[in-house]
Amino acid sequence: MTETIVVTSGKGGVGKTTTSASLACGLARRGKKVAVIDFDIGLRNLDLIMGCERRVVYDFVNVINGDCTLKQALIKDKRFDTLFVLAASQTRDKDALTSEGVKKVLDDLSADGFEYIICDSPAGIEKGAHLAMYFADRAVVVVNPEVSSVRDSDRILGLLASKTHRAEQGNGGVKEHLLLTRYSPKRVETGEMMSVSDVQEILGLDVVGVVPESQDVLSASNAGTPVILNETSDASQAYDDAVSRLLGEQRPLRFTDVPKKGFFTRMFGG
Amino acid sequence: MGLLALFRRSPPTAHVAKERLRIIVAQERRARGGGPDYLPLLRRELLEVIRKYVNVDPDAIQVNVEREEGQEVLELSVALPERSAVAPS
Repeated sequence: MTETIVVTSGKGGVGKTTTSASLACGLARRGKKVAVIDFDIGLRNLDLIMGCERRVVYDFVNVINGDCTLKQALIKDKRFDTLFVLAASQTRDKDALTSEGVKKVLDDLSADGFEYIICDSPAGIEKGAHLAMYFADRAVVVVNPEVSSVRDSDRILGLLASKTHRAEQGNGGVKEHLLLTRYSPKRVETGEMMSVSDVQEILGLDVVGVVPESQDVLSASNAGTPVILNETSDASQAYDDAVSRLLGEQRPLRFTDVPKKGFFTRMFGG
Repeated sequence: MGLLALFRRSPPTAHVAKERLRIIVAQERRARGGGPDYLPLLRRELLEVIRKYVNVDPDAIQVNVEREEGQEVLELSVALPERSAVAPS
């Protein structure tokens, strides 16, 4: 049984690729067989975040065009034996992805025993974003607690509810989850930033994770090591909680309150 | 940027964001929740056809898609004027 999960947002730069990479690693760390696919044709980046950019020989479009086999194009992760990356093509041809082609790749992955397929969607609502979500069983909607991101993600929710295979079949549609990133409990407390419950209330979604604003995200992408693997980081633990919740476990939200300051931090800052 | 700026806080604006979003999201949901993308165009074209025969008010035409037990029903209702005025032809 394969579950296809699209990581999407509408708006760019909110953390889709960071999230895709971390969720994929988190699932693989639990022994699941996972493929993570970059749907951002022309703007390949998942390979960099995963740290396998120098090992890309064939890409998603090569597989669809029959230039190579799926096995040849799947890049095996160096950290987890059960994790594979399928890179986006750098072609400028916008029609390189076809619905039939995408379906065939997903079906082949499923036949190959993959348990999870993470589809890293491009920003926007064009073809790449449409195809990334079309065959999904579930969607992780990545949102920053900021007006344009929230509005765009609501637009994406509309598309998930109408322009997906599951919606067209009428069998319950795509299961949607909210994942907040760049969350700053401190700014929420001072009333500068919308809270988890504010965003939840506006969008009407279940929260699968809240990832705090963290400097570790940049160092993770600098190094090509998904942030979930930096276990001392709050962001890592928040992503790991999200993976657990995706697997159906109950986890209380962490990193959503301002930590109480001790005497020394209050005196000397920190 | 003076020394005072160090002590100045950004004003609390989260509630403004929430309120604005609540309104715009509800409005956009209504706009698309009314049914498929083609509904506004369908409504306009139907109005043109009907107006060839009867002089109806633009607001007198309601086009809705409703879901009933798994099937979608396209519902069209036209309120005719009291003395069916004949269109100018």
